[in-house]
Amino acid sequence: MYDIKHQSRGLVSHGTTACAGCGLELIMRKVIDVVGEDTIIVIPPGCSALFSGFGKETNLKIAGVQMNLENTAACCSGIRAALDAQGNTHTTVLGFAGDGGTLDIGLQALSGAFERGDRIMYVCYDNEAYMNTGIQGSSATPYGASTTTTPGGKRQPKKDLMMIAMAHRISYAATASLQNLNDLKRKIEKAKNAKGSSLLHIHTPCPTGWRCHSSLSIELARAAVQTGSWILYEYEDGKITVNRKLKELKPLESYIGKQGRFKHLTPEQRDQMQEEVRENYFAYTGMLERMNAPAETV
Amino acid sequence: MSYKMLDGNTAAAEAIKLARVKVIASYPITPQTVIPETLSEMVESGELNAQYVRVESEHSALSVVTCAAMAGVRASTATASNGLALMHEIVGMTAGNRVPVVMPVVNRGIAAPWTLWCEHVDTMCERDMGWLQFYCQNVQEVLDLTLIAFRVSEDARVLLPSMVCLDGFFLSHSMQKVTLPEQAKVDGFIGEYSNKNVYLDPTDPMFLSDLTGNEEYTEMRYQQKLALDASVRVIEEVFEEFHKEFGRKYELVEGYRTEDADVVLVALGSMCGTAQYVVNKMRAKGQKVGLLKVTVFRPFPAEYIRRLVGDQAVVGVFDRSAGLGGEGGPVWYEVCSALRNKDNQVFHYVGGIGGRDVRVETIENIYNELLAIKAGESDRHTEWIDVKDNALELREVAKNV
Repeated sequence: MYDIKHQSRGLVSHGTTACAGCGLELIMRKVIDVVGEDTIIVIPPGCSALFSGFGKETNLKIAGVQMNLENTAACCSGIRAALDAQGNTHTTVLGFAGDGGTLDIGLQALSGAFERGDRIMYVCYDNEAYMNTGIQGSSATPYGASTTTTPGGKRQPKKDLMMIAMAHRISYAATASLQNLNDLKRKIEKAKNAKGSSLLHIHTPCPTGWRCHSSLSIELARAAVQTGSWILYEYEDGKITVNRKLKELKPLESYIGKQGRFKHLTPEQRDQMQEEVRENYFAYTGMLERMNAPAETV
Repeated sequence: MSYKMLDGNTAAAEAIKLARVKVIASYPITPQTVIPETLSEMVESGELNAQYVRVESEHSALSVVTCAAMAGVRASTATASNGLALMHEIVGMTAGNRVPVVMPVVNRGIAAPWTLWCEHVDTMCERDMGWLQFYCQNVQEVLDLTLIAFRVSEDARVLLPSMVCLDGFFLSHSMQKVTLPEQAKVDGFIGEYSNKNVYLDPTDPMFLSDLTGNEEYTEMRYQQKLALDASVRVIEEVFEEFHKEFGRKYELVEGYRTEDADVVLVALGSMCGTAQYVVNKMRAKGQKVGLLKVTVFRPFPAEYIRRLVGDQAVVGVFDRSAGLGGEGGPVWYEVCSALRNKDNQVFHYVGGIGGRDVRVETIENIYNELLAIKAGESDRHTEWIDVKDNALELREVAKNV
């Protein structure tokens, strides 16, 4: 069906219209590399729609459809049901949505699919705001970050997608980052092969929205993990594994200091944020470990 | 062939079963219908071999079936009133992607005020979204028109979704004797489902529904317009074949004693049965009244209206929706447009909304007004034909009592 104009090595074309330094582009390439051509992808409007293409051109060599902002998970469920009805159990059904399409307007459909346990693989690339729409704040925008709708800095912390997913007891869920591509690829593989619903929540540097230099994407992904701002862990068949436990955290400034979205913060606010990120890291990882402990008998 | 006592909800479910639908998704919004429950029981008992996706909203229901049909199977859902309003965004996706989903819609008003009862405003709000719309007079028509809708929607010349509209309670909850066709005959009539133009298939990949620029968007819409236009001929063919196979005759617009009529009423849905009764009653008294029953509202068969309305007839159009802010309701606009080059006077009537029964007297009042206008005896025209005299006294607020 496709009239291939350029032979790319993988299933994603070499040239795309993503911004310079786009974290999403690298994630898309890695995910599609691992899931392979026996996949149907559902993409909502948003940055990932750059891969849907424009007019008669697309950046993807796999089957897919661009549906609406709030129904990525429901559309995946429909495709899965149709494949199951035809006895096709091998094709991967992949939802690929941003934080707004997942945690705000798409949360209802996602919760529905997760509760039913539909065998779909859902990737949320989290660049922490509505970047394609004009950098508006989402519920995944972190505390303090300035966006076009939180110009004075967001006053609430990020909504916790992993906890929501785990509350549905889905087969597999993991946070991931561009900081460690091998870890990312391993998790993509696990999500693809999960028996039921799976989720990858991937931290996604966005130079345009984070107001940083386009050469800093990987460095910032790494800094987010090293400062304790982004915690890598996975949930598999009810068991939680914190992938990398940090004894010491790097100063938060190595992460937020290079981004324009935090530049309005005063030194006092920065100190306070540093304290909160540190406290949260140890409290959160401690809680994750306790969640694995067998319930004490009374 | 067998007979059964069925209400409209069950007839719609039976038709979906007879069409061997493979994916069903639905949500019980308020007001909801029992069509999904009936289907889920059929799936549970093994009577219907399908995937039943218990979704979390009407928005998701239509998303599931639209994508399921793209991925290669016949898929269906059912809805009503606020549920259809919530689906609106996906109504556009289904039609624009040329996905031949068939969806029974139980016609009910849209809140506020909250109502659970019959009105056509829900489907009328969707009339320009590129779906075909069939309106049923009785429970047999619910079954037949649903089967017909599958066949028409999936025709390669059409490839557009259909709503089969049945009046809330008057049809959805009304038990009537229905002829059930044999499965084998239905199989032959509807045929196997196959994706004809767009599809989601990893062995032959294509990407559907990406962003389209203004240098192509108009042409994509134009393709849809041509398909809707072409569907008139397809519906005629399929009605004819259905008549041959199953013995029941349908027309896009059916003229009932209109040939020599002085006045003609245009109506759709269950009230057409009452209107036919009134026509017979008044004809027995020598009054020349007739009825145009619009079965297919989208595509609007304007040619039928022009052909069936006599040059001298005074026309009344009954809208079962308020048409707020316009000079009339949606059916009236269509009829006026169809008759724009003729000399007929076309009067607008609103009634039967929020579940108010369209009674014999209501229709008699309309015909009597129109007959008096025709005879030049009166120019009295009561647009809101069944509104009560105390309309402005309802919910009058007394403050600080």
